[in-house]
Amino acid sequence: MTSILMLAPVLAALALAASCAWGGPRALLCWAPVAQSAVVLGCGLGLIAVTSPDRIPVAVAGLLRADALSAFMLTVVGAVGLTATWAGTAREDLNPAGRAYPILVVLFLGAMSTAVLADNLGILWVAVEATTIATAFLVGHHRSRRALEAAWKYVVLGSVGVAIAFLGIVLLYAATRAAGSPSLSWTTLATTRPALDADLVGLAAALMILGFATKAGLAPMHSWLPDAHSQAPAPVSGLMSGVLLSVAFYAILRVQAVAAPVIGESLMRGMLLVAGLGSLAVAALLMIAQQDLKRLLAYSSVEHMGLLALAAGIGGRLAISAALLHVLGHGLAKASCFVASGWVLEAEGSTRLADLRLLLARRPGVATPLLVGVGALLGLPPFSLFFSEVAIVVAGVGAGLGWVMVAALALVLTAFVVLARHVLSITLGSTELGSTGLGSRGLGSTGVETASPAGDWSVPGYRTPLVLALVTTAVAGVAAGPFGRLLAEAAAVVAS
Amino acid sequence: MSPSVFAQLVGLCAAVLLLSSVLIVWRRSLSAQVRLLAVQGWAIAGLVIVLGLEERSVELVVVGLLVLVLKGLVLPRVLRRALPQDAAPEREETPLINTTAALIATALLTMLAYLVSAPLRGLDDAPAVAAVPVGIAMALIGFLILATRTHAVSQLIGFLMLDNGIATVAFLTASGVPFVVELGVSLDILLVVLILQVLTGRIRTQFGALDLSELTELRD
Repeated sequence: MTSILMLAPVLAALALAASCAWGGPRALLCWAPVAQSAVVLGCGLGLIAVTSPDRIPVAVAGLLRADALSAFMLTVVGAVGLTATWAGTAREDLNPAGRAYPILVVLFLGAMSTAVLADNLGILWVAVEATTIATAFLVGHHRSRRALEAAWKYVVLGSVGVAIAFLGIVLLYAATRAAGSPSLSWTTLATTRPALDADLVGLAAALMILGFATKAGLAPMHSWLPDAHSQAPAPVSGLMSGVLLSVAFYAILRVQAVAAPVIGESLMRGMLLVAGLGSLAVAALLMIAQQDLKRLLAYSSVEHMGLLALAAGIGGRLAISAALLHVLGHGLAKASCFVASGWVLEAEGSTRLADLRLLLARRPGVATPLLVGVGALLGLPPFSLFFSEVAIVVAGVGAGLGWVMVAALALVLTAFVVLARHVLSITLGSTELGSTGLGSRGLGSTGVETASPAGDWSVPGYRTPLVLALVTTAVAGVAAGPFGRLLAEAAAVVAS
Repeated sequence: MSPSVFAQLVGLCAAVLLLSSVLIVWRRSLSAQVRLLAVQGWAIAGLVIVLGLEERSVELVVVGLLVLVLKGLVLPRVLRRALPQDAAPEREETPLINTTAALIATALLTMLAYLVSAPLRGLDDAPAVAAVPVGIAMALIGFLILATRTHAVSQLIGFLMLDNGIATVAFLTASGVPFVVELGVSLDILLVVLILQVLTGRIRTQFGALDLSELTELRD
């Protein structure tokens, strides 16, 4: 039974992709990504229900294993996938993007599910690389020069980055082989505790973290991220920003858990803190002069990945629980924002900040989810990102990293002000606010005078998933009890 | 086979790998680089088969044949298809550093490879482990090519050399990764190269050339 829950995400992906490829009906092409997300979410929730610290389901001769952390990540993949794909399903045109689009999205979701369920660094690597393969043509979907440039940079940098991680995996495997028990399974390594060579594992861990950090979009290896996330179709941007980055972050957590008993925390903590602060700084600075809504959201992802890297660097149960809550909240909020930005593009024909004004009055149906989603991303209470950010800072101060936390808070506040100003200027965009903004020159031409007083509540997609996602984000932070225990159990898998 | 023959064969394969890497840096003609990359694929396959015979492992010999097909035949063929067939042979016209500087950098990177692989040589004093720095050097030279060459196919060659280097390290230190992982990795590499080949075709249609220094529309 449990092995069905673990195999279903992959098998469903293959079946749906095959039936899309061999002439499924138009409705199937339209709904296959939603169905796949629903399967992943269902399996994730099912695995959360059946897994417990003393009874962890395994499948395929131990290659797949669903401990609390894997089950949690699978649920996040499903939930964010459902938000992005369902809300992004165009209502009018049942076949907006041809056959390739649903096939690749479905395979992308299947690859992410495999990545979080694998109990083997090698399989994890193969699945992470498969996500690059599935998303390459999705990034280049629009076939414009910009989309092509973004796709090329994404595939080359992404593949080279994870190739570095693979070198690390190879060295780790060599170390385990020299110690007499060749294995890439973290469960085996954690239970048998072979006497590994510390120098070699240190080198391996550094390479693995460097490689997966590239995929997670951490500075200074983030340069592909804003290009890829801004050129992909909106639902795919939501999936990539909301959950693919987090899957790479999950890989870093696993690497840490494998390497820490051998080489201690200090090397990886140093790397992650530097990458985290660097990402916060890069995101805050590059958001200031940003001229495009989707690039703005992409840099906000760099910022949030920076926070996650800080949490992983701090380590310990509080920080890791907070990081997992952050993964969930950021995933749902960012997917909602990207879907809303896709609606903005459809409604207004542009995502340039200078072209957008008074959205809340003119297009409240599109602007409301954008505004609420960005509010969640900014970490306003009651959204869960507020609680996770506070918990990360508390854990950091508790771990004696007070000055790092002061620097991080300063950078987060900068990013807060910048993002809030940009988004307020396009949604509320009164003349006073616009004149202080960089993009005020677009004000005259955006039809402020012609805005109908009632506003246009229609949206080019489905509203329900965004409402569900944002409500979940709002409730997740304050829902203690079973949810808190789930986070604590998941964090306990990799943190002592 | 006797230990000395084994050591000589491993040394021969490693020498071919390093030499072909240096020659790829030296040559400007892209079709010559692709041919050298195929030689590199054959050398890795030979290395794996030698290791398989030494360890009497059927699995490793099978992996060696897989490597031969993938790195020696299929990937070079895909790369050749990315090069224009009818027009004049394409060359790397605008590398960021000239050939002399690139060769000096290659020498320095090879020395660096010997330095950083010090922790590995603590594993074992077998001839296989002694050749590991060659794999690291190939990976670093692959990076050099990725960083300094601007032709799309040159970048593909750099990526594949990086991958060849990592594969060499894997086979020399641990006789390769587990078979399932090896299959997955091979499939991933093949798909990435196919995707990049398709993108190369699209870049040629959209931009008229494969010089990636043209790709400058997305920046902050």
